[in-house]
Amino acid sequence: MVHVTTVDHVTVIATESLSKRFPRVTALDRLSVDIGAGVTGLVGANGAGKSTLIKILLGLSPASEGRAEVLGLDVATRGATIRERVGYMPEHDCLPPDVSATEFVVHMARMSGLPPAAARERTADTLRHVGLYEERYRPIGGYSTGMKQRVKLAQALVHDPQLVFLDEPTNGLDPVGRDDMLALIRRIHTDFGISVLVTSHLLGELERTCDHVVVVDGGKLLRSSSTTDFTQTTTTLAVEVTDTDDHPDGTRALREALHARGMTVEDGGGLPGAGHILLLTAQGEDTYDLVRDVVADLGLGLVRMEQRRHHISEVFRSSDEERKEAAGHVS
Amino acid sequence: MSAEHPVAAVPGDQTRIHNIGYRTYDGPRLGRSYATRSLYSQSLRGAYGLGRSVKSKVLPMLLFVVMCVPAAIMVAVAVATKAKELPVDYTRYAIIMQAVISLYVASQAPQSVSRDLRFKTVPLYFSRPIETADYVRAKYAALASALFVLTAAPLLVLYVGALLAKLDFTDQTEGFGQGLVSVALLSLLFAGIGLVIASVTPRRGFGIAAVIAVLTISYGAVSTLQAIADAQNSTGAIPWIGLFSPVTLIDGVQSAFLGATSAFPGAVGPTHGEGAVYVLVVLGLIAACYGLLLRRYRKVGL
Repeated sequence: MVHVTTVDHVTVIATESLSKRFPRVTALDRLSVDIGAGVTGLVGANGAGKSTLIKILLGLSPASEGRAEVLGLDVATRGATIRERVGYMPEHDCLPPDVSATEFVVHMARMSGLPPAAARERTADTLRHVGLYEERYRPIGGYSTGMKQRVKLAQALVHDPQLVFLDEPTNGLDPVGRDDMLALIRRIHTDFGISVLVTSHLLGELERTCDHVVVVDGGKLLRSSSTTDFTQTTTTLAVEVTDTDDHPDGTRALREALHARGMTVEDGGGLPGAGHILLLTAQGEDTYDLVRDVVADLGLGLVRMEQRRHHISEVFRSSDEERKEAAGHVS
Repeated sequence: MSAEHPVAAVPGDQTRIHNIGYRTYDGPRLGRSYATRSLYSQSLRGAYGLGRSVKSKVLPMLLFVVMCVPAAIMVAVAVATKAKELPVDYTRYAIIMQAVISLYVASQAPQSVSRDLRFKTVPLYFSRPIETADYVRAKYAALASALFVLTAAPLLVLYVGALLAKLDFTDQTEGFGQGLVSVALLSLLFAGIGLVIASVTPRRGFGIAAVIAVLTISYGAVSTLQAIADAQNSTGAIPWIGLFSPVTLIDGVQSAFLGATSAFPGAVGPTHGEGAVYVLVVLGLIAACYGLLLRRYRKVGL
């Protein structure tokens, strides 16, 4: 099975059997991956080796084995040059509370080598682009989590890099903040022309933002494909319906009706209130229409029909299933 | 609720008005040495609270004034009484004012490095072109320079005052020069010790307490032991005891080589031979502090 799917012909990051072993753990195990321009999601559970990979790609930690290139530069020998052209937004808090966003970002711009006047100008521009206005003159200590994330993003973009590494940028944000951040990440590529490598342990939120998703687990490459492939095979639809007098158990009625039309339907699993939620795999636009028609025919009220945010475990399951499928069908 | 809606709409409007699109940057990127210099100047300014909040300017500025006022008074007295020489030697001034200097190191060393550790700003530096060694060098040089400003400024006041009082030019210039060499050594030594201690803890309070403890307790212990040695007439031991505190180290170096009168009991400074040991210990300590800082930051990483 060939899994190579490049979004663009330009390779931004390339690794070749890259390994990183610590005395007790193997953080990366012969990872080979080609990442093109665009927005790429790096998905993996905590401890899957995402942060280790970023460290190696920034040239800050030598690989035990194998090699890696960023923007065509070898990470082992050209670390400083890479860091000049790349931005990095860490996962954890990294902002001093007693200075203003402007002062802080100007300082960081100068640390990236921008002359003082350019540093000030770029700071004003970048803060505006990430959505910080008058508050940028106030000390960071008084900011909300969402605003702090924006400052962290601004310091990674202020020197106009060719590529940014964003480590869990949606961590700690509420759903609205998450969506704002994801939209911003999308704009980094479409409007600013900067390639993005964004990590997350949630596949669902990356699916909608990224052109390409790389899944790692235990330091190994689990899968690397463009998100169009992903959504076609793994979009799970969650459906919840009301009960009516005709159908006292609406959920069951719907399940049976869908079954009759050849759909595989699962219960919502162990989630709270999941007894009323049905999960089914969307094969395409038709599935939505089918569910709508079936629900209407039964005369049930449709409470919700939404795309489920996948957890990483579902990728493991679906990739297993896919392998079986691939073994069964000859395509 | 209805009153909130127009307010909520404002940021959206602003986005549309101000959005003039993304501009790329094609200008120069000045690289590692420029970034190191920027960090140096930012840290040096920070050591006097410049570019920081008003609150953080108070202590360093106050200590700076406290350092300079006695010098100004001495000069005023010397001019008024038409004295033949200044009441204190240039080399002696820093030894007299050591408590103020220690307090300055204790307050500014943690300010310089503990904050970066505590707020985890360090990874942002190392994801940029500078290397660990550049960061350490910039921070070390900045605190040493700040200390040099603090200790050399009163000497400058004394020197200018001495010239105004028409004291002998050659004598004064020689004394001033020796004083500058002495405070330069002191600045390097104190900055190194202060930074090594402060870089171990992300907690600023601990850093302050630990630096004060190391600088003052060692001085207290050493001078007590020296006094005991003096009382028991074992004067030979006095210079060797003096090797164990930063202040007496500087005192020893300058009384052996920079024409200073020693503050040791009985004003017996080390001989030239012993003085050489003092110089080696001072230089060794400075190098050790630098080495320890490098080791410390090699571990921090991202």
